[in-house]
Amino acid sequence: MPSVGRSVPRKDAHDKVTGTARYIDDLAFPGMLHARTIRSTIARGRIRDIRHELDGNGFVVADFRDIPGRNAVSVVEDDQPLLAEREVRHVAEPVLLLAHEDADVLRRATVEIDYVPDEPVLDPLRSTQVHKSLRIVKGDAEAAMRDADVIVEGQYRTGHQEQLYIEPNGVIAVPEGDGIAVYGSLQCPFYVHKALRVVLGLPADRIRVVQAETGGGFGGKEEYPSVIAAHAAVLALKARRPVKLVYDRLEDMLATTKRHPSIVRHRTGVMRDGRLVAMQVDILMDGGAYVTLSPVVLSRGAIHAAGPYRCDHVLVEARAVATHTPPNGAFRGFGAPQTQFALEVHMERIAETLSMDPVRLREMNALRPGDTTATGQRMESDCTALQVLQEAVSRSDFHAKRERYAGTNRGIGLSLFFHGAGFTGSGEVKLASRASLATTEHGVRILVGSAEIGQGTRTMHAQIVADALGIPYDDVETALPDTAHVPDSGPTVASRTCMVVGGILQRCAVELRERIGDLHPGEHYRLHGETTVTKQYEAPEGIAWDDAAYRGEAYATYAWACDVAEVEMDPDTYEIRPIHFTAVQDIGKAINPTLVAGQIEGGTSQGIGWALLEEVVMRDGAMANAQMTNYTVPTTLDTPPMDVVIVETPSRHGPFGAKGVGEMPIDGPAPAIVNAIRHLGLDIREIPATPERIQEAACVSA
Amino acid sequence: MRLRVNGRDAEVDAPPMTRLLDALRLHCGLTGTKEGCGEGECGACTVLLDGEPVCSCLVPLAHAEGAEVATIEGLGGDHPLQRAFAEHGAAQCGICTPGMIMTALSLPASPTLDDVRFALAGNICRCTGYHAIYRAILRA
Repeated sequence: MPSVGRSVPRKDAHDKVTGTARYIDDLAFPGMLHARTIRSTIARGRIRDIRHELDGNGFVVADFRDIPGRNAVSVVEDDQPLLAEREVRHVAEPVLLLAHEDADVLRRATVEIDYVPDEPVLDPLRSTQVHKSLRIVKGDAEAAMRDADVIVEGQYRTGHQEQLYIEPNGVIAVPEGDGIAVYGSLQCPFYVHKALRVVLGLPADRIRVVQAETGGGFGGKEEYPSVIAAHAAVLALKARRPVKLVYDRLEDMLATTKRHPSIVRHRTGVMRDGRLVAMQVDILMDGGAYVTLSPVVLSRGAIHAAGPYRCDHVLVEARAVATHTPPNGAFRGFGAPQTQFALEVHMERIAETLSMDPVRLREMNALRPGDTTATGQRMESDCTALQVLQEAVSRSDFHAKRERYAGTNRGIGLSLFFHGAGFTGSGEVKLASRASLATTEHGVRILVGSAEIGQGTRTMHAQIVADALGIPYDDVETALPDTAHVPDSGPTVASRTCMVVGGILQRCAVELRERIGDLHPGEHYRLHGETTVTKQYEAPEGIAWDDAAYRGEAYATYAWACDVAEVEMDPDTYEIRPIHFTAVQDIGKAINPTLVAGQIEGGTSQGIGWALLEEVVMRDGAMANAQMTNYTVPTTLDTPPMDVVIVETPSRHGPFGAKGVGEMPIDGPAPAIVNAIRHLGLDIREIPATPERIQEAACVSA
Repeated sequence: MRLRVNGRDAEVDAPPMTRLLDALRLHCGLTGTKEGCGEGECGACTVLLDGEPVCSCLVPLAHAEGAEVATIEGLGGDHPLQRAFAEHGAAQCGICTPGMIMTALSLPASPTLDDVRFALAGNICRCTGYHAIYRAILRA
């Protein structure tokens, strides 16, 4: 029986429901030391003196001079030191590493650092240091603006957001022969491997990175684990013993990456009938102290900034700047939630300006097959913006409720959005991901570097392979992601694990089937021994991207969605409570409907948190509420009932028609909620829409 | 310190202010109970203390002396809640799952959706948006 399209049980379900799944903090190695990171306490300055009395006393202490290779965290650039030398550029910058056998002794150890402080730049609007800037030009927006009947302008802001995976970051580094193995909670084993090569100055074959069971990532374990792994590895090589470095919640929230705060300005020319004539978008993202992934986050944000709408004249100008705050980085959506928040609230304001139905405005302008995006990409038949909009509107009874709620303390609002699957532009070609299938006694084993971080990688890949080979799902297993044994199938990010890596696996299965004939792979193995097939990513036909001009096919394909939020305001406390949510999402094909619903429900819930609850309070360049007591994410009581509708318009690019689903669900909830709040008559242009901001808006409108 | 863990006597040689969480994980080798925040907010470390769900990161070992402690390991692997969590995709990354299941054990028979929502309000899941967890518990 085919398994694709069915909610087969997860491969990892048993271990997770019995508590036998082994996460990094559940592992121990003989002779293992515990480690701790000593971090800067000021946002900017020079280190004058470091004092401690730890040498001897069973402590291993490491600073930048103990790094065998280069003192750099290798991501997009190499500007971030692994350990500060003289300068510190943000609070919580790593300065010194300690290790000791006894975790309690380690916790009590004190280190004093004297600084010569300097004035930090904390406001991105005042920053003069640009990490990355880019422009997307389509037509001539400035000239076309003159033909518009009405010009609508606005500025929209979003704050930091903490990923808040429930398992904090952690790794264990284990010296192994003349090299090292690092086990960790991470999304991208090969990113860590590359970073370790630079820091340790070791050849590739003397470094092994193994993903332990990972308790959530959401982008937060994309690049930062490279830092932790390198810290632990430096200590382990110095101590010649295994070293465990697991963060507690406070350290994780204070030090690791968050969603980039954004300020997006729109200037849009429209005709009285609602047609978009020209769009000018200015995007500013706060990258924090080092480049990390800011250029790529900015790029995805800019490409999604004009939304799923047709407009002949678009100018997007985007920059990510440096501030003396901890570097921001990957978080589900990767720039697209910020820019689509701005656009979708702006669209609502355009509808208000024109006294137009917000649905009608979006229907009129939604991309259709044959239309082109801001980068000039022509939409194919799987462009279903209009269909998801209409389905969400009818499903939620939008117009009737809009009328019924008017003048009450309830509001209803929507957002229309899209998300490109896979790496941006020529990213997939440069990555050149590989995946393998090997026959086993029982069937086949999948060998990929893709991480299971809760989204269902192992299960979904096994379903694709099972059906492509025509064997039962139970006969497919997945190898542990260990860089010594699996090929580099790229990072587990960018909604690419199903569409891109799953696609390569499907091609592996087709070739394996050709090679083993009609035999079951297990039987073939018993007769002929192991057979392995490895395939590399191949760019699909008709996909071309110009990196210099920012033109062309930014993504092989896009998924499409429409969210409808219904909210209720407490007139005494100004709290906004979401009471119902409708999420209609076209993701090509649900390989496993339960997993897909899980992504949509979970992503929507995170989006609701970002919209209403999750406020990172920055004080003197540091997160002042770095604990779960006062950085609040949605609980059961904050999460409304959801009507999730999975639409399946197949894409020619993904296995069985599948597109990416991991990130898109977080793009839509915030603008839908803010537009529902607008329906209450409150002008909100910044999230989170906390009771304080609602009260302020209520005072203005009163 | 003497207590009973999953129906068996356990002798834990640790100071009385040791967190019950550490006593279970480090001294009893029961790593199914997870630490998410260490401040009683996330519920990942939930165990039953004399039948009541508690955050084991907030309970000193001294409070558990002589008490009956139940952890996820005590359920075996075939409890209806475990089967339902597996079947309905209620465990995604899985780190909150043991705590969720332990809290769910304290629900009355045939709970309503509101019973479930209120009971689980102290258990944070960042993956599922909770709906798969409701489906699992209501159908267990």
